[in-house]
Amino acid sequence: MGFYLAQFLTGLASASSLFLVASGLSIIFGVTRIVNFAHGSFFMLGAYLAYTFVNILPHGVLGFWGAIIVASLLVGVIGVFLEITLFRRIYKAPELFQLVATFGVVLVIQDLALWIWGAEDLFGPRAPGLGGAVRILGEPIPQYDLLLIVLGPAVLLAVWLLFNKTRWGTLVRAATQDREMVSALGVNQSWLFTSVFFVGSTLAGLGGAIQLPREAANLLMDLNVIGEAFVVVVIGGMGSVPGAFLASVLIGELNAFGILIFPEITLVLAFLVMAVVLVVRPWGLLGKPDAVLRGADGPPEQPLKPFTATSKYLVWALAAALLATPAIADEFVLVLLSDILIFTLFAVSLHFIMGPGGLVSFGHAAYFGLGAYGAALAVKYLGVDMISGLVVAPIAAGLGALVFGWFCVRLSGVYLAMLTLAAAQITWSVAFQWQDVTGGDDGILGIWPAEWASEKMAYYYLTLALVGASVYVIRRIVYAPFGYALRAGRDSQLRVEAIGINLKSQQWMAFVITGIFAGIAGGLYVYSKGSIFPDELHIARSVDGLIMVLLGGIQSLIGPIVGAVSFTMLEDLVTRLDYWRIIFGGVILFIVVIAPEGLAGFARKILPESLTGKKNEGVQI
Amino acid sequence: MLEVQGINAFYGQAKILDDVSFSVGAGEVVALLGRNGAGKSTTMKTMMGMVSSTKGDVTFNGETIKKLPSHVICQKGLGYVPEERRIFTELTVMENLEVGKQDKRPDAPFWTPDKLFKLFPNLAEMRNRPGGQMSGGEQQMLSIARTLMGNPSAILLDEPSEGIAPVIVEQMAFTIMELKKEGLAVLLSEQNLHFAKLVSDRAVIVEKGSIRYQGTVKELEENPEIRDAYLAV
Ligand SMILES: Nc1ncnc2c1ncn2[C@@H]1O[C@H](COP(=O)(O)OP(=O)(O)OP(=O)(O)O)[C@@H](O)[C@H]1O
Ligand SMILES: [Mg+2]
Repeated sequence: MGFYLAQFLTGLASASSLFLVASGLSIIFGVTRIVNFAHGSFFMLGAYLAYTFVNILPHGVLGFWGAIIVASLLVGVIGVFLEITLFRRIYKAPELFQLVATFGVVLVIQDLALWIWGAEDLFGPRAPGLGGAVRILGEPIPQYDLLLIVLGPAVLLAVWLLFNKTRWGTLVRAATQDREMVSALGVNQSWLFTSVFFVGSTLAGLGGAIQLPREAANLLMDLNVIGEAFVVVVIGGMGSVPGAFLASVLIGELNAFGILIFPEITLVLAFLVMAVVLVVRPWGLLGKPDAVLRGADGPPEQPLKPFTATSKYLVWALAAALLATPAIADEFVLVLLSDILIFTLFAVSLHFIMGPGGLVSFGHAAYFGLGAYGAALAVKYLGVDMISGLVVAPIAAGLGALVFGWFCVRLSGVYLAMLTLAAAQITWSVAFQWQDVTGGDDGILGIWPAEWASEKMAYYYLTLALVGASVYVIRRIVYAPFGYALRAGRDSQLRVEAIGINLKSQQWMAFVITGIFAGIAGGLYVYSKGSIFPDELHIARSVDGLIMVLLGGIQSLIGPIVGAVSFTMLEDLVTRLDYWRIIFGGVILFIVVIAPEGLAGFARKILPESLTGKKNEGVQI
Repeated sequence: MLEVQGINAFYGQAKILDDVSFSVGAGEVVALLGRNGAGKSTTMKTMMGMVSSTKGDVTFNGETIKKLPSHVICQKGLGYVPEERRIFTELTVMENLEVGKQDKRPDAPFWTPDKLFKLFPNLAEMRNRPGGQMSGGEQQMLSIARTLMGNPSAILLDEPSEGIAPVIVEQMAFTIMELKKEGLAVLLSEQNLHFAKLVSDRAVIVEKGSIRYQGTVKELEENPEIRDAYLAV
């Protein structure tokens, strides 16, 4: 009995920290509609800054809590700085841009933290006076945990009062519903948003700072916490602080008890709960139906244009060049080119679901990784040959997409995006935690191509053939009746359903298709590297895909190809440098702010009409 | 006091307003008439800085307000009551009023919730009711009251009679007369000529984004061909 109580209290204590992060995320999302990846970075900064200030300020109770408060407020100020310099410019941008931009911030902050605090984990002190334990029913409960258990509800109450009993709170709630109207009533939205960012990031900073006595400050905190925070926010209902509290407790307890039953798959449990909640209540436990936010919509999408004659020649020329390359290139170049081809397919498949499909997938790495792991596991346990491995890859990924897609197409907008992200986090956690089967962090090694394809040149041709064929098939699908119906559904759900198309099953099918092609890319990848690690399933890989699509621009089919090529080359150049993240993040931020239509969109503006078919604009359907 | 000079407006590529000019004098009620889609709401949104215009100018008290952000325009004393009311449904009546609250202004009547409840007695009985649980007519009153909390000296009213029971429409007409008495300038967009006639001094007719007629309401009455050409009957 006492043991279970202790476990329960541990769950509550971790729920508090999670709640602080998630409520901040939820508040920021509720008002600005920005899905802020950098929120995890705020959490991490909170922990690091608290570490620094605990050491600077005089030791003792005042010094300790002073450090926590100063650290949180400083994180709030950093949030304000980012809001003013960056987020303000992208409130009206599509979700994809916002997400990628916030991920750019994640990269920059990661390197800044590395530079300032170093790579070592930093252990904080115990809270003065709370270092001991209290015995409850014979079980020792850390005093600090008890404090956290009280802190969670206290913050909930404070936030509730702030939102419901102050003019500021009233304005914020009004802006959550209709920003434009709030502005027309004489309220300066900019400052309202800035202050919301301050509150939200201060909460994240506080969440990180109070975690310091329980967990060493480290460079992985940011992305680890953001995955959980997203799950919490989605379960609780985006924008709902009480919902975030409820969901934090739920997830906290689930982890506390889940670890007793299935230590390997605690995150899977969280996902299952989330999936069930979303199927029953698509807007989360305490969320509200996602009313169309007024005054925040972007320009309508332009219709897709078929190739012009000139660009057809270019495509043939490119194909010829790719075929001829091995004659002049060395192995190193061939490997890079194979990588580029593989990621081109990855980006094209992601673009298919996002552009024509209109479904934002923030977790595309799941299908890439399922393909790669599917092939690797088949080799490891069944000893299959390469051809079979390459067949298993798309099947595994397609099955994954079949399952995840079934849940995803029930949702829309941000909830959909969050669920795709969570799905990817789940696959990642299975690969990472289920050591016995997947090898965990050590990955799976020794997945080499068959004899006939073992030469770099042979494998390059294999890759070229498969990627070329896949891209061709995807293009055909986009211009087939299925593709038209999909795009029509993206543009007007009601109208498409009115003419008797079952949009949900169309979109489900689109998920499976995109999964299959990402799986092919994953299969090719694992044989080209000879190994696979959980990293290939991580948020960062999903975001890579998003960056590629963003670089190329979402509104053209050539876009993802341009994006994948430029991304992979840039990555190849930059990752050799120290502090490449800061450079890379900086480049992302620069592009998001300067060329929001992507490189291909940017090029379309400056290239001649014979290439782009500009004349067709608005006429082609 | 409120002057629109040759503005245009676009939604994407589509030109919605073309060279629209008219003015509203202090304490005057002007009706902006036109059919569905004529461009009445767009005109008002352009005046409020919610839709941008590449040509012409909008001045308020002799000062240009074009290119200013909406909240600054509001703070200068130009109130806006949108079509469809746009009440904050999650907020109570009192909270809705709170959002509209602005500082006292020397050149305009000063409104408090109590004073507004005298003007709209229905609202007084539902101070703590969420806006989402009110009837269309009640929401319309709340929307006007909310804008008045900003103590405007001129107000843009977009189709206040739309979708409202006849009794309430009458009450609305009475309200507008009260506002006029308080010295407010009112620009009223309407399709309902009968209602516009009750309260307006002058009428401006828009059709396909251009001004087709300006004159007193009385002249309009005497010109049925104009009425039939540009207004739905
Ligand atoms: N957000 C928008 N995007 C594109 N076109 C729009 C948008 N809003 C209005 N329009 C178009 O602009 C034109 C003018 O619309 P507006 O709302 O100004 O008309 P209105 O006179 O207020 O009509 P109503 O009496 O129906 O309110 C219409 O043709 C309408 O279809
Ligand atoms: Mg209108």
